[in-house]
Amino acid sequence: MREYPGTRPGSQPEYLHEAYRATIRRAPAQPPIRLPHTRSELTGPVYGHNPIGPADHDLTRHFAEPPQGQRIIVAGRVLDEDGRGVPNALVEVWQANAAGRYRHAVDTHPAPLDPNFLGAGRAVTDETGNYRFLTIRPGAYPWRNHHNAWRPAHIHFSLFGTAFVTRLVTQMYFPGDPLIPLDPILQSIPDQDARQRLVSQFDVSLTEPEWALGYRFDIVLRGRRATPFEEGAK
Amino acid sequence: MSLIPTASQTVGPFFNFALTANPSLGILARAGARGERIRLAFRVIDGDGAPTPGDALIELWQADARGRYGHALDPRSGDADPNFHGFGRLETDAHGECVFETVKPGPVSDGGGAAQAPHINVTVLARGLLKPLYTRVYFAGEPANAHDAVLALVPEPRRATLLARPVAGQPDTWSLEIRLQGEAETVFFDV
Ligand SMILES: [Fe+2]
Repeated sequence: MREYPGTRPGSQPEYLHEAYRATIRRAPAQPPIRLPHTRSELTGPVYGHNPIGPADHDLTRHFAEPPQGQRIIVAGRVLDEDGRGVPNALVEVWQANAAGRYRHAVDTHPAPLDPNFLGAGRAVTDETGNYRFLTIRPGAYPWRNHHNAWRPAHIHFSLFGTAFVTRLVTQMYFPGDPLIPLDPILQSIPDQDARQRLVSQFDVSLTEPEWALGYRFDIVLRGRRATPFEEGAK
Repeated sequence: MSLIPTASQTVGPFFNFALTANPSLGILARAGARGERIRLAFRVIDGDGAPTPGDALIELWQADARGRYGHALDPRSGDADPNFHGFGRLETDAHGECVFETVKPGPVSDGGGAAQAPHINVTVLARGLLKPLYTRVYFAGEPANAHDAVLALVPEPRRATLLARPVAGQPDTWSLEIRLQGEAETVFFDV
């Protein structure tokens, strides 16, 4: 069994998806060349540049005052393809504020910035692969992909996992969002089940009374039966 | 149990306040790092030859000057250079450019057979890329390139797209253009 099997057909987008116009001039025309997995691909970045601060996972506490918006908890497990938790994985998130505006110089959507919301957070998974963020529900925002184009509310996720080949950057969506069927970015994933797995689930057991709604979002990274210590010992 | 890996989505245009706000992520070689210090400059352009203005990012993963990865899977990682950090990440600027400060990596052994020629593993993320692009940087003029098993997989006319070249008039500076699409399109890998 290969440690990092190939992609299940339909479960990942192709580079070119014309409905998402920016792919038209950025998707390579040549097919990628398949690489054997050498030490370069089987190793990967070990997080160490900046230690995670105690409030990095709490996007509502980056300023003295709380941000505007519906407070939510976003939590889940990072798993490998065998369903085992991936411990000590860096999870980075970023998002628009409750009005659908990013704290970014190029975001010119005429919605208010929130002086109490940066919209970026980080966490490291615990020994069983769990992570947890506290934030506010992001707003939908317009983009110029096509006439009257709006992105569904989403939170961007970035993970490294255990190897160069386990890198994952994705987006988490919210259940029941009417913009989901209209979104060329989410709809670029051919397989309906694979798309559905990017939609978080409202979870009453994660919800904290008198405080915040809970949404569960589990993430699966590539990898089966990784044996770093056996390899390392030889 | 067999789960299917989560689908990729674009990093989008608005990542910089989260992923690349810290410019020190462009410095892999700290004071005291062993080996030949280099500046490695990238320029990313699209199928129209236009640069990616601030909406692409490049990540590097490389071995130290003696070819050791700072990772448990490299049996020599215990002896990896403590002043070298093998990961770097920068956004491209308004001209589609970014410059890393690193060292030239050593040849990478796989514990048998010929070592790989010095190379740097590259991940490109951008608005308009629904999943990462993976490529490698090799160094023009390096004799070991002739025996590298990965370069041998690349049709000869396209190998030059993976070769960083010295920049005239700028000592210790190498540059490589990453062409996402079109003429002289960079070779990307399915990893
Ligand atoms: Fe976004």
